[in-house]
Amino acid sequence: MTRLKLIIITLLIAIAAPFAHAGEAADTASSKINPKEIIFEHLGDRYGWEMPFDHHHSIPLPIIVVASDGLHCFSSACVEHGKSYKDGDITFCIAGEDSKYHGKVVEIAADGEEIKPLDFSITKNACALFITVLIVAGIMLWLAAFLRKHPYKAPRKGLGGVEACVTFIYDGAVKSTLGPKAARFAPYLLTVFFFILVMNLTGLVVIFPGGANLTGNIAVTLVLAICTFLVTNLFANKHYWKEILWPDVPLWLKFPLPIMPVIEIFGMFTKPAALTVRLFANMMGGHMIVITLTLLIFIFSAINPVAGGASTVVSLIFSIFMLLIDVLVSFIQAYVFTLLSAIFIGLANEEHGHEKEAHTAKEIGKDVVDAII
Amino acid sequence: MELFTPDYGLIFWMFIAFGVLFLILWKFAWPVILKSVDQRADLIDKGVEYAQEAKIQLDNARSEAEEYLNTARKEQAQILRDADKMKTQIIEQARVAAQTEAQKVMDNAKLQIQQQQKEAQQQFRNQVSEFAIQIAGKIVKNQMKDDEAQNKLVDSMLDQIEQNKN
Repeated sequence: MTRLKLIIITLLIAIAAPFAHAGEAADTASSKINPKEIIFEHLGDRYGWEMPFDHHHSIPLPIIVVASDGLHCFSSACVEHGKSYKDGDITFCIAGEDSKYHGKVVEIAADGEEIKPLDFSITKNACALFITVLIVAGIMLWLAAFLRKHPYKAPRKGLGGVEACVTFIYDGAVKSTLGPKAARFAPYLLTVFFFILVMNLTGLVVIFPGGANLTGNIAVTLVLAICTFLVTNLFANKHYWKEILWPDVPLWLKFPLPIMPVIEIFGMFTKPAALTVRLFANMMGGHMIVITLTLLIFIFSAINPVAGGASTVVSLIFSIFMLLIDVLVSFIQAYVFTLLSAIFIGLANEEHGHEKEAHTAKEIGKDVVDAII
Repeated sequence: MELFTPDYGLIFWMFIAFGVLFLILWKFAWPVILKSVDQRADLIDKGVEYAQEAKIQLDNARSEAEEYLNTARKEQAQILRDADKMKTQIIEQARVAAQTEAQKVMDNAKLQIQQQQKEAQQQFRNQVSEFAIQIAGKIVKNQMKDDEAQNKLVDSMLDQIEQNKN
């Protein structure tokens, strides 16, 4: 019954859509849709946070720049919609499409030249980061408070789910790869997992406080990968460095030309690079597909109202499907990032000599994971 | 491409945000959570172990109790049988004792009766002989009333003695 209702409603929407658009036809025809611009606007970063159903107002966020004469701090509302803002002696505006600093705050010099100041603005993504930190810290401190209060009681409902996730990651990804050293690296790995997971999931929520494409931003994934790189190399044991600088290969491969060491050192950096790109590409791809599917409605509507109506249904179904997949991908990518970090840390911390088989098994496991993702 | 060039402002804020989050959770959340989870797992393990042990003990206790019950039942039967045996024994003994006693009494009585009988016979005999003597005396007195008779007797006696002498 409910399914029948759903079908009828979708059909009604599909039929009604052309008429609704007919009214706006004059409006939309005048402002041609530029899909590329819309897609990149949604995937990228901004100075304000757009409100739902309103393109003219956005939640203002602070812009912090170090210009040629020092620190400037002002609201993003001052420079939105192409306005320029004079703070002290310097005029700021957001660079236009033809500028090489497109979309960024620039300082306009006396001769009209655009100079890019050092930009530490709390942009939409930075603000979303802070919100994510608040969410993750809030949830985990709540769980910790509960457990401190009732040390031997299992939490139920929401907190139980959070705890199940913690134990899933701790047992499944951390303990199984790091063994006795799990307790040492678990705080880092668990933090990484929940941070990525919450960023992924809030990214899928369209309106404030979600909607920031955080893990689809290469800066965010780069920092996470750098952290893993630092943890891996700072806590590595002697054996790890020996394996890199003087590996177990025939002498001519490392002396006089250090071929293997060079390859190994290169490998040190490819691991975090792979981490960065994997998470970034997966999440950005998901967002891009959903936005493109949604945009299809408007593109087809611009061509023909009836085609637009039909594409509404198709796009809606496909984008819902893609969003559901993205929820799955959010979890999988967070898990994969954590697992690979754990494996890298584990490899750098391995006790050697008698565990050659375990080592190769781990390598194979890593390759399999890489092949899947 | 704007998408593929990391923005240093965001990198800066990301480092700060992630660092702060890590420090907060590292200090206040993860130790408590992980410790508590481990403790609870230990507690559950111990509980299961304890329950298993308790079950084994309970089973043991049950079989032990059954064993006790069985031995008690056996003992009870034994005691009953013993008591029964003793009862019959006592009765037998009592009967035997009573019989011997009765026998003794009867023997005694018999003896006494025999004695008394003998005495009575003796008495009777004595009396009879007395009576006989008295009667004989009276008869003799009666017969020896006259001298002739006496002489005759003396004569006969003397004859007799004479005959005996010859």
